[in-house]
Amino acid sequence: MSDSFTRRQFLNSVGATGGSAAVYQMSMALGLLPGSAQAVPFAKVEALGNSQRSVLILGAGIAGLVCAYELERAGFGVTILEASHRIGGRNLTIRSGDFVDEMGHPQTCQFDRHPNLYFNAGPARIPSHHHHLLHYCRTLGVELEMFVNDNKHTYVHDPKAFGGKPIKNREYVTDARGFMTELLAKAVNKPDFEKAFSGEDTERVLEFLRSYGDLSPANTYEGSLRAGYKSNGMVIPGELKTPVEFSDLLDSSFWRFRMHFTEGEDQCSPLMQAVGGMDNIVKAFVRNIKSRILTNAQVKRITLGENGVDVVYQHKGRHKTTYGDYCLNSIPKHLMGGIDSNLPNDYSTALASIGRGKLFKMGIQMRERFWEKENIYGGITWTEQEIEQLWYPPHGIHTEKGVMLGAYTFDAENSEFFARMTPEQRFEEVLKQGEKIHPDFRKYAQNAVSVPWHRMNHMMGCTAVWTAETRERWFKRLQQPEGRHYMIGDQMSFHPGWQEGAMSSAHWTLAHLNNRVRAELSGAAVNA
Amino acid sequence: MSARYLILVLALGVSIPAQADDYTTTPAQFVYCTVCHGVELKGNKSVDAPKLNGMEQWYVLDQLQAFKSGRRGTNSQDLIGREMRPMAAVLTDEQLRQAAVYVTSIPTLRAQATLGGDPRRGETLYATCAACHGPRARGNEALHAPQLASQSDWYLVRQLEKYQAGIRGSTPGETWSAQMRTSALVLPDKQSMIDVAAYINTLQDST
Repeated sequence: MSDSFTRRQFLNSVGATGGSAAVYQMSMALGLLPGSAQAVPFAKVEALGNSQRSVLILGAGIAGLVCAYELERAGFGVTILEASHRIGGRNLTIRSGDFVDEMGHPQTCQFDRHPNLYFNAGPARIPSHHHHLLHYCRTLGVELEMFVNDNKHTYVHDPKAFGGKPIKNREYVTDARGFMTELLAKAVNKPDFEKAFSGEDTERVLEFLRSYGDLSPANTYEGSLRAGYKSNGMVIPGELKTPVEFSDLLDSSFWRFRMHFTEGEDQCSPLMQAVGGMDNIVKAFVRNIKSRILTNAQVKRITLGENGVDVVYQHKGRHKTTYGDYCLNSIPKHLMGGIDSNLPNDYSTALASIGRGKLFKMGIQMRERFWEKENIYGGITWTEQEIEQLWYPPHGIHTEKGVMLGAYTFDAENSEFFARMTPEQRFEEVLKQGEKIHPDFRKYAQNAVSVPWHRMNHMMGCTAVWTAETRERWFKRLQQPEGRHYMIGDQMSFHPGWQEGAMSSAHWTLAHLNNRVRAELSGAAVNA
Repeated sequence: MSARYLILVLALGVSIPAQADDYTTTPAQFVYCTVCHGVELKGNKSVDAPKLNGMEQWYVLDQLQAFKSGRRGTNSQDLIGREMRPMAAVLTDEQLRQAAVYVTSIPTLRAQATLGGDPRRGETLYATCAACHGPRARGNEALHAPQLASQSDWYLVRQLEKYQAGIRGSTPGETWSAQMRTSALVLPDKQSMIDVAAYINTLQDST
């Protein structure tokens, strides 16, 4: 085998049909495995000693909290101003009686008061490689448990395929692999293909395909136990399921994106969640931060000076000015246009060029954990309806009730579809769509809370939307400080919408600030 | 104020009062308005929120009532208007009146030119507008025509587009609004709208 280009073409074709897992395994089989992942550095803020420095942090979300935590330990004077009534930003866990501050649709959560009955309306999963986040969970004692993202017992649903009936994820995935590997196996036996591979490799490729797709010795797909038994299989012989129609598989949009979703960089198993709610991370920071965190403190003006940054804010009906030698700003970029400042024009243009993400989530309290009777314990059902996803809680197994996710929209249009409704209309719509998957869905549903992030007070957006063009043109400009003012937060990372993005941005800034203060202090020492 | 004093102030955890006359105190119930419409309700294009300072009290109240009743913000294509609608719908009639008082308690700020239109060409086109909105774009309540002079150019253009498309001005029974639609249709293209807006912006300095 000499032609590596052909080899790559082949791997691409495997990737197009079998997903990245298939490419990975194929690379293993062909001896092409690349090197290992590398660690991400943490910023170390050195102690100030006898010197004094003050830092003003705007926004008490994850990035602001990380900065406050690290800076006060190094002896910095820290003040945090937070516009909303609560600390945590988009890290939001909703429980019984909580106020959901949606613009125009204020809601109060009607869940029962029970430790299992909560809804993570913001971040809900912690990937195993999000080092900063796991570091803080470990350091601050936030108890974690496994979160089920990938569950082959959940459903795949598309009104345009399988007669609109949901089918089990494992059936879809197994049959899709079977069909695709059978096709590939036929191609391997073609003369063109044999030219690209030596006899030994051809046999190994065929062996791989039989294994990957569970093909018969004759390289045909006849169904697979991976799709689950049609009946029994314990005390009487099991019966294989008949493979679904290939055209139905193609009609469904599942394979376009969702089928490989849980193989994504941040979505692959195993993932974790904080026991009792993701906001335990916020609470842990708050317990360990001594600096003042002012809520309901809305910034009106940011003035950059040569030696520091002045900020005017309104708090309890009065305007106040505060000052920091440095200012770390996590205010959503799209809200900066409404705040006075003397930031230069190009910087303001950059801030205004970044879009605001629109994501919508709904949590529903179910009187019974009906999904467990359908062999579902955690995981995601995917549907092509506007609700897009149903999530089953991985915690509280076999207890009485559960809060499940009834909608989570990635598509901005779908998010708007729900955001424009009243909370009651949304609930009704989600029940209508949920019934297409679980016929008794409505019967179990007791109450709901809905969170359209682009309609939440003091946020008006979820993940920052960078395009390739705006990244290229503005990311570095905004990442670098303007005078003594830094933009921070998940918006200033390549992982917007992830706590790890917020923490990585915080650590980037802390490292930069540390170097700067070190230089200032050594300069002062030289001058003295 | 010296930086050293400020550091001391910060170290003591005390914030000093800002210049009292710098900003209008936002009543707690109307902080929502400032989230989108910005400090002093100066507008924020990033979230499609127009400048509200400079609007007349009768017009603010009328539009809030229009949003609440569904006269405005219900057209399926008026996506931004539909974002505003629940903000008004959640308020009582008394709160709408209070909101109009709050909005008009803020001093009128200059509208910044953002679109670079040609005010000379706009002046000619403005003749049609002047009949209702007045020669200096100060508005005329009797004709239900709001002041335009201090409004942002991007918002004026966007509304002209909505009137032309019938997204505004098509609600049955809304005669003033229908009249505005007819007038907007006189403008031949987007550049004309931009030029008119540029001319209107020049009028904010006239007395």
